Amino acid sequence: MSNNMNLTLKVWRQKNAKTKGELVSYQADHVSPDMSFLEMLDVVNEGLIKKGDDPIHFDHDCREGICGSCSLHINGRPHGPKQGITTCQLHMRSFNDKDTIVIEPWRAEGFPVIKDLSTDRSAFDRIQVAGGFISVNTGGAPDANAMPIPKVVADEAFNSATCIGCGACVAACKNASAMLFVSAKVSQLALLPQGQPERYRRVQAMVSQMDAEGFGSCTNTGACEAECPKEISITNIARMNRDYFTAKLLKSEE
Amino acid sequence: MSNFAKTFSSSLGKKLVMALTGIFLCTFLVVHLVGNLQLFKDDAGQAFNAYAYFMTHFGPIKIVSYLLYASIIIHAVYALLLTAGNKKARPVAYAVQKGGQNSPWTSRNMGILGTILLIFIVVHMGDFWWKYHNAELPYAKYEISLDNPNDIQVSELPYDANRLIHSEIVDVQAGKQIVVSKDLYKIVNNAFQTWWYVLLYVVAMAALSFHLIHGFKSAFQTIGWNNSNLVPIIRFLGVWVFGVLIPLAFAAMPLYFFFK
Repeated sequence: MSNNMNLTLKVWRQKNAKTKGELVSYQADHVSPDMSFLEMLDVVNEGLIKKGDDPIHFDHDCREGICGSCSLHINGRPHGPKQGITTCQLHMRSFNDKDTIVIEPWRAEGFPVIKDLSTDRSAFDRIQVAGGFISVNTGGAPDANAMPIPKVVADEAFNSATCIGCGACVAACKNASAMLFVSAKVSQLALLPQGQPERYRRVQAMVSQMDAEGFGSCTNTGACEAECPKEISITNIARMNRDYFTAKLLKSEE
Repeated sequence: MSNFAKTFSSSLGKKLVMALTGIFLCTFLVVHLVGNLQLFKDDAGQAFNAYAYFMTHFGPIKIVSYLLYASIIIHAVYALLLTAGNKKARPVAYAVQKGGQNSPWTSRNMGILGTILLIFIVVHMGDFWWKYHNAELPYAKYEISLDNPNDIQVSELPYDANRLIHSEIVDVQAGKQIVVSKDLYKIVNNAFQTWWYVLLYVVAMAALSFHLIHGFKSAFQTIGWNNSNLVPIIRFLGVWVFGVLIPLAFAAMPLYFFFK
């Protein structure tokens, strides 16, 4: 037990979307380095519940780094100090005894705070609904490899498709831009034959919805790809821009 | 709103405007630098003054120069529009945000760098462009020996509203070419005798360097030209040509006159 840490947490507490929030300090003592960050918060919450206080609200689900539910801006960085992982995969061994940890929700017009650290990320769903799909008639299963797709293209599409929609890209961006998310969702279909019929309609509809949700523009800082837990590349943004400008300026149909 | 107007008011469209005007301004820098290299010529400014006259009085170049002024204004206005939109996209700021751990400094400070450059452009054009067009500058008279073009006698003529801005005659009997030009070279030379004015130029060129190290490659990323063949070339040009060579060469000009 000698490795256990005593930490000071500064947590954003906000009753609901309409009230103003503030950072509140909590003491987290005897924290095991083997705990995940969310387990550490669970323990703090148990203490709060025992005292009759309102526990800290935060989003989580699978706790395996694949669902995209957990968030948290930890000490100035989305999903904390490590690269390529979500907050649920962050462990307390990444911190030191007597550290002060500032925990804030994703900050964006498009992600309003529901309560405390929990934000409403349904803007991403609406962007997907606007065009992030393919329309197909289900029929018999096609033969394997009946539709030739080069390996490099398949890999690239798969990399884009690993996006879990957590919103770390928006949280990291100094402009709260959603372009990495939208471009990954555009790319995963634009790269494959099944995505071609709706390719140019899709990119226009999704970008239009992205703008309507109040996300910012891209300054190409690269902060999004640096913080993305799935390490999605900003080459997706270039691909989205290319498709968007092609659709708007070079094509007369659609 | 027409489809075209809608395109350019979208988040991506505004960035396209920034990219295209930015690249155009980069191509201008190359032309401006090559022309201004004549300042280093040891001819009392004869070549530079002839060049200044050509650049301000040749029709096609005048048209391009108005495109250039428009590009500077559009680039700045769209930067303001984008920044306003970006601020609105994050109404509550983070208490702690460590941008330095996930992005380069230049990419997060394009607005500050751009503002320094805009102030510089206003001062720079006020001191040279405006004076050349509107101020009562003296003239330089160059008498160049026809036998030896390096033998140049220079004398100053006072301002005369009726005098041509640039004239050349060849006097065969006297064996010399006589060139009379409005003397922009002298204004340049005088301006760069003041230490703080030289410093202003050097600081502005440092800002230009940082602005272009991010801006040049960023423009191509915005347009969507970022495949693996192009990226190394664009990065090389952005860092070494536009980020280092061009700002250094420009900064060398005020330093050359100050220490000459």
